[in-house]
Amino acid sequence: MPNLKSIKKRIGSVKNTGQITKAMKMVSAAKLRKAQDNVVAARPYAEKLSEVLYRLADSVEPGISPLLGKRERNSDRVLLVVVTSDRGLCGGFNAYICKTADKFLKENKNKYSEIKIMTIGRKGYDFLKNRYEVWKSYSNIQSNLNYDTAAALGQEIISGYIDEHYDEVHILYNEFKSVMSQVVTLTQMLPIIPETVSEEDTVVAHTEYIYEPGQAALVSELLPKHIEVQIFRILLESVAGEHGARMTAMDSASKNATEMIGRLTLAYNRARQAAITTELMEIISGAESIKG
Amino acid sequence: MAEEKLKLELVTPYKIILNEEVDEITATGSQGEFGLLPGHAPFLSSLKIGELSYKQHGVFYHLALNWGYVEVKDDDVTVLVQTAEKADEIDVDRAKSALDRAEDALKKLTAEDKQFKVYEAALERAIIRLQVAGKSVRK
Repeated sequence: MPNLKSIKKRIGSVKNTGQITKAMKMVSAAKLRKAQDNVVAARPYAEKLSEVLYRLADSVEPGISPLLGKRERNSDRVLLVVVTSDRGLCGGFNAYICKTADKFLKENKNKYSEIKIMTIGRKGYDFLKNRYEVWKSYSNIQSNLNYDTAAALGQEIISGYIDEHYDEVHILYNEFKSVMSQVVTLTQMLPIIPETVSEEDTVVAHTEYIYEPGQAALVSELLPKHIEVQIFRILLESVAGEHGARMTAMDSASKNATEMIGRLTLAYNRARQAAITTELMEIISGAESIKG
Repeated sequence: MAEEKLKLELVTPYKIILNEEVDEITATGSQGEFGLLPGHAPFLSSLKIGELSYKQHGVFYHLALNWGYVEVKDDDVTVLVQTAEKADEIDVDRAKSALDRAEDALKKLTAEDKQFKVYEAALERAIIRLQVAGKSVRK
């Protein structure tokens, strides 16, 4: 039977851990609200931009910009951008991304001649560096995310694409669905493939616009912006998802701690009672023997 | 005759800055300044670093814009910009120091330098900011 002192110590340490997880949950909840607001605020901009872009791209020749449409020559070098968080303790948030990245790399090893890896966030880098060669890695940008950082990142990806270091860009990230659920999403970022226009949009597309300066120039100016905005949105989503995941993870950790304290207290009381009983038995039997 | 209005929506990646009914808009496009009045034909143009002003109830308001573009359709004007600052929100001291910084940097650089364009844009932004900020007083 574990002695009283060790149980008491255990209760103390679980209590401390519970306090930490509870505090982390509170912090995450506050950060989550901020991140969520940012996601919502960035949405109209991203939506408006892609709306205009798709309408434009629909009516221009595909060859107008290098970013638009598939490359003619054997395009089989790929850049995979993996977006994770910088810090741990957020449940399966990073593990899912890493697993999916690993799967993608294994499955497509033969399909593409080369797969370059770019990681955003420390956790993804830590996971992938031991298994694969990481081309570029960035960390510590999500804690203080602004549009300029995202734009710089976008520019880097675009210039690598234009210099033909790779022919396709895929990005893997956690999409923020709700506080409880983040969905691992893999999308192709470059080359941009214009979405098939829906019925409703065709009506809009018929409107004749006056373009200044020229349609082609506009498209080639808007496309890089589109990539930047996409990256900005993806990073915001990832940050919001991270806080959401952490909050949920810490919530369940706090719950587990409370449960464990309950169980340990029970064990402690039992042990205490057992000790008292034994002591009583000893006294009584001692007294009996003197009497006898 | 019912008075026609333009619906102006100004959006940045951080928030929606304006969503109002206005009478008249003037902005700096990549091909020069242009004005918009109600009943304008569908129009799409990119914007330079520059000034955007709009008239509402006879009063002109001014904003300093960074890169962006404008779309006009059926009197709905959508302006997407990277940053936009209202005239009375501009920190004049900061803009002035940015102007000085950019000027100093430009003096040391030649046109071939990579940094040259960056500072040139910074200079342009600072100039526009100061210009717009000056207008807020007599609005």
